Amino acid sequence: MVLKPLKNFIYVTALLLFCSSSSIAEEKYTANECFEKLSRGTLKFNMALDNAIFKPVAKGYRALPVPIRKGSSNFVENLRSLLTFSNNLLQGDVKGATNTAGRFAINTTVGILGIFDPATKMGFDKKSREDFGQTLGVWGADTGCYFVLPILGPTTARDAVGMVGNVFLDPVYQVTHNTETDMVVGNDNLQEHNYYYYKGTDAVDFRSKNIESIESLQNNSIDFYASVKSLYLQNRAQKIANSPISNKNQDDSDWEEIDNQ
Amino acid sequence: MKRIITSFLLICFIYFSPNYDVRAYSSDPEKFISEIIEEAKLILNSQASKQEKAEKLSLIAINTVDVKGIGYYTLGKKRKEINNDEKKKYEVLFEKYFLKSFTSRLTDYSDPKISVIEAEKVNEKYTIVKSMLLKTDKKPEVKIDWRVYTKNPEKPLIRDLIIEGLSLARTQKEEFASILSTNNNDINALFIKLEEFINK
Repeated sequence: MVLKPLKNFIYVTALLLFCSSSSIAEEKYTANECFEKLSRGTLKFNMALDNAIFKPVAKGYRALPVPIRKGSSNFVENLRSLLTFSNNLLQGDVKGATNTAGRFAINTTVGILGIFDPATKMGFDKKSREDFGQTLGVWGADTGCYFVLPILGPTTARDAVGMVGNVFLDPVYQVTHNTETDMVVGNDNLQEHNYYYYKGTDAVDFRSKNIESIESLQNNSIDFYASVKSLYLQNRAQKIANSPISNKNQDDSDWEEIDNQ
Repeated sequence: MKRIITSFLLICFIYFSPNYDVRAYSSDPEKFISEIIEEAKLILNSQASKQEKAEKLSLIAINTVDVKGIGYYTLGKKRKEINNDEKKKYEVLFEKYFLKSFTSRLTDYSDPKISVIEAEKVNEKYTIVKSMLLKTDKKPEVKIDWRVYTKNPEKPLIRDLIIEGLSLARTQKEEFASILSTNNNDINALFIKLEEFINK
């Protein structure tokens, strides 16, 4: 049953890589629009939904005591590291994979199912998340055009394929969606809805940490859509390169022209 | 006597004028940023009104940020196509826009705890000063890199703020480019947007 979509997904990924001409060194900070008018409308819809549901929920979550929020955040982060591990391996990042595996092993055991984070104190640094969109970027797939998805937010053609890839690569998804595992383990806690609780908590945790920054961006942008697009693409580019913009050789041709005027 | 009184009045005028700041900042990029942060902290922690805080922060920005340069960088290639009158209008509007946007972002913070970590000299023209906005119960820690232009070593100027790896100057540039591209590359559309922001 799983094989057919997996096959289709592999074809799409192979096509994306085949059509791609870029490399990691040329990772771009800009992307053409797929369908700008529709994307602008979708962003408005998402922001309305955010104001009505996600922001109030995030505010409520923030009202919880710090240890509860921190514990939930650590728990979710620990589960999420399984997807990072798969992508570390696919990217050939052995050092990263070792660090991720070490963190997971320590935090799941000593850190009581990931609620605490003793791994950081033991020298296993917290690194940024990896996903299949980033892996495709590392493999050289072009960004593709930019668009906004309902609820899920900004993305590019490459990252949209990456989202589908994440489903196949995420052990949490596989365990919760595989009924055979439920039967073998005999544990109701591995049912599908738990995957969505986990993803929901992750989203609420992220939103609660960014209430002010998103508000500030909305208040100080003269074109909010363009700001979101720019920030999204910059963020993806630096995640793929695993290097912040400030440390890279920036294209300063504009600045040089201004200086020489 | 008349000359003494005139000189005295002139000194008083210079000293108390809100548009003239005699504050000299360090020429060392790391100290330069530390001094700006300390000054901004004092303002943000003071009992002054939001408006007064914004005015004082604007003065810091005028003295330490390359506002004109950022303005032209933000305008992208369009800066080569506009005439002198449009350039003058743009400079005035951009400065107002920049200061309002800059101070409004900052005045949302009370008692910010920022520590300067280190400075990394990229080349003769640029030094990146790395700092960290420390985490609170509500917000995670935030890495802030200051891109300091050091071509004139005696007077460093901030050209960009890179927050968690995301460049504010680049974001603003792409925002302006988007407004121009959705309005047939008409600079007046950008002027209208800037005026709307300044007057809101």
